[in-house]
Amino acid sequence: MDRHELHELGDKERRSRPRLRIRCCTAAGCLSANSQAVLDKLKHAVAAQGLEDEVEVCGVGCLRLCCEGPLVQVDPQEVLYQKVSPEHATPIVGALLGGSAGVTQGDPKSPFFALQSSVVLDNCGFVEPERIESYIAADGYQALAHALHEMEPGEVIDEITRSGLRGRGGAGYPTGVKWSMVAKHAAARKYIVCNADEGDPGAFMNRSVLESDPHKVLEGMAIAGYAVGASHGYIYVRGEYPLAIERLKIGIKQANKMGLLGSRICSLPFDFTIDIRIGAGAFVCGEETALMASIMGERGTPKPRPPFPAETGLWGYPTLVNNVETFANVPGIIRRGAAWFAGIGTEKSKGTKVFCLTGKVKNTGLVEVPLGTSLRHIVEDIGGGCPDGKVKAVQTGGPSGGCIPEDLLDTPVDYESLTALGSIMGSGGMIVMDDKNDMVDVARFFMNFCMDESCGKCIPCRAGTVQLSRLLTKIIDGRALNEDLKRLEALCGMVKETSLCGLGQTAPNPVLSTLRFFRHEYVSRIKPPTNGRPKPKVPAASADDGVYTPF
Amino acid sequence: MAEAAKTEVIKKKAGPAHPSGDKRFKLLEVTMKRHQFRSDALIEVMHAAQELFGFLEVDLMFFIARYLKLPPSRVFGVATFYNLFSLRPKGEHTCVLCTGTACYVKGADALLDAVEKLAGIKAGETTEDGKLSLVTARCLGACGIAPAVVVDGTVKGLETPDSLVQQLKGWLPNG
Ligand SMILES: Cc1cc2nc3c(=O)[nH]c(=O)nc-3n(C[C@H](O)[C@H](O)[C@H](O)COP(=O)(O)O)c2cc1C
Ligand code: FES
Repeated sequence: MDRHELHELGDKERRSRPRLRIRCCTAAGCLSANSQAVLDKLKHAVAAQGLEDEVEVCGVGCLRLCCEGPLVQVDPQEVLYQKVSPEHATPIVGALLGGSAGVTQGDPKSPFFALQSSVVLDNCGFVEPERIESYIAADGYQALAHALHEMEPGEVIDEITRSGLRGRGGAGYPTGVKWSMVAKHAAARKYIVCNADEGDPGAFMNRSVLESDPHKVLEGMAIAGYAVGASHGYIYVRGEYPLAIERLKIGIKQANKMGLLGSRICSLPFDFTIDIRIGAGAFVCGEETALMASIMGERGTPKPRPPFPAETGLWGYPTLVNNVETFANVPGIIRRGAAWFAGIGTEKSKGTKVFCLTGKVKNTGLVEVPLGTSLRHIVEDIGGGCPDGKVKAVQTGGPSGGCIPEDLLDTPVDYESLTALGSIMGSGGMIVMDDKNDMVDVARFFMNFCMDESCGKCIPCRAGTVQLSRLLTKIIDGRALNEDLKRLEALCGMVKETSLCGLGQTAPNPVLSTLRFFRHEYVSRIKPPTNGRPKPKVPAASADDGVYTPF
Repeated sequence: MAEAAKTEVIKKKAGPAHPSGDKRFKLLEVTMKRHQFRSDALIEVMHAAQELFGFLEVDLMFFIARYLKLPPSRVFGVATFYNLFSLRPKGEHTCVLCTGTACYVKGADALLDAVEKLAGIKAGETTEDGKLSLVTARCLGACGIAPAVVVDGTVKGLETPDSLVQQLKGWLPNG
């Protein structure tokens, strides 16, 4: 397919659309609330009224306000129905002819929607994820065609570098720099890997992108392949995301058929194929070296870096590893230019970020905002604040991140500011906690997570997380002495400094950040030393406390 | 050499891929063939095997090891590393409890306590009568309706200990 045909196909698709469009969310959140039946019934109802020529019913991706699902939106009237059940289908279609459907309506102009911006999610909820034509009608694959026809690989990398895009998988490494490192190495083969292992428990941004707009990620990967000189890519998806896997499979098949992936893309001498690899439930496989081990059919244990994947990756060849959202930003940058992208966000953090707002907050769901937006704006204005009680802290960065207390909510969300507070941007989980949440218990929750997920290769992480978890339990049970608190801090430092990979190096963060901002919750549980009587020795480490003093 | 070639031919011609004659082994062999018996396809093959057999029996792992020309220790090592691979058969019904952060914040541990108590098993185990397997997961992607559970494949949100126990009634030995 060449550029001309691409345009024509898009035009045809747009022209064939009737004036009225009913969009029903078929992403995982709403599907679990029976939205497939809603979609089927809506189609039936339209057929029953003989309105097929005037009304299009389509299953789309995430409409963002997950807590009110299943969601159905009617255009161009901009009516948003919430908590729709299959019985509501007939009244909703009836209301197209006038009158009210008598179904709970949301306000698409409410702050939750109005205050968001859309770059990564611009197609999300609009295109039909299982139809490539729908993506093409939204200017899909134009960026790939443009890059292949008009740009040298080096120019593509320059464009990405100038846009200021940084990795969305957690660490925020400049994407352009990473691409040029891979491009620089001459090798017989190179690989592109899309990290869709989304391990942060309580976050589903990548999943929503893959379920709602899979072609955007595929297009981003193909552009990356052209830029760095790779002709093969892998998407490593969590096994827990069957729908995302299914939609990716469909997407790859359709793109291959249309000559937008595969060999001689856009009838030019550029080949790029994409394969899916399915994870099998291991958090550490989100770490890039572990992920590559897993793609090669091995246990997902990380390796020390350097050598970096850009040099020695899959089967020893240079490999580019980027997150789903990083790739999803690429087509927009190529299509609309680096300057446009660099105009969004702050000086060092460009563009937008998708967050998954959950926990004790009124509006839970997907939120996309320019980087540099304050946490307060996200939690209180967009999220609608705490339903009952008061916001106590916001957790970002998952098990590698930290808790930011209420009085610091005016902090702008960008890579540097969050790091300065002992948290990280992470992949985009944002969990709101209220005064009923016990912060020491929160710290233990994350520590237990890291303990379960440690791959066991290096001792500081394997044994350290167990000791830390036991110390936290001891504090929570009120059995801890002052020494235990000191030990906790010392051990945190040791695990952070000496672990092999990011999992262990960041595992103490939730403890350290709660110690920093909520120290009183730890101190108030410490047993006072017994006065008068001979001071008891620190109890001999029972198997249960398992306190082992490394110093 | 000639001997090896001969067995290769016999293997290809003769029907069952496994002495038990179980057809599922044949299907698994087809999957492995699609991957050209490459050892780096091990995880794909094990996904396929688990789908066919429900869990990974020792005998099945030996079978995979032989075909992919891998030491059995490597197959066993991979099987035990990843959470989604199960070495024991599952119960008749499965209840997956999410223990991700959003669900934890909304009280998932109370759900887990309630079910563990009434089922008399810990997460990851199956009741003695084989009726119920209790599994935990880290985030089902349904954080918007936390705390979330999956009962026999259906996702349910906004659960309380009572509402959950109600659904599992009849499968709980102590319930
Ligand atoms: C324990 C651990 C888990 C990780 N999990 C993920 C993940 O789920 N998704 C992801 O994109 N990156 C994850 N990363 C970061 C990756 O190693 C890697 O930096 C990232 O995929 C690079 O992509 P980016 O430059 O686009 O951010 C994880 C890192 C560590 C140490
Ligand atoms: S944390 Fe339970 S569904 Fe995400």
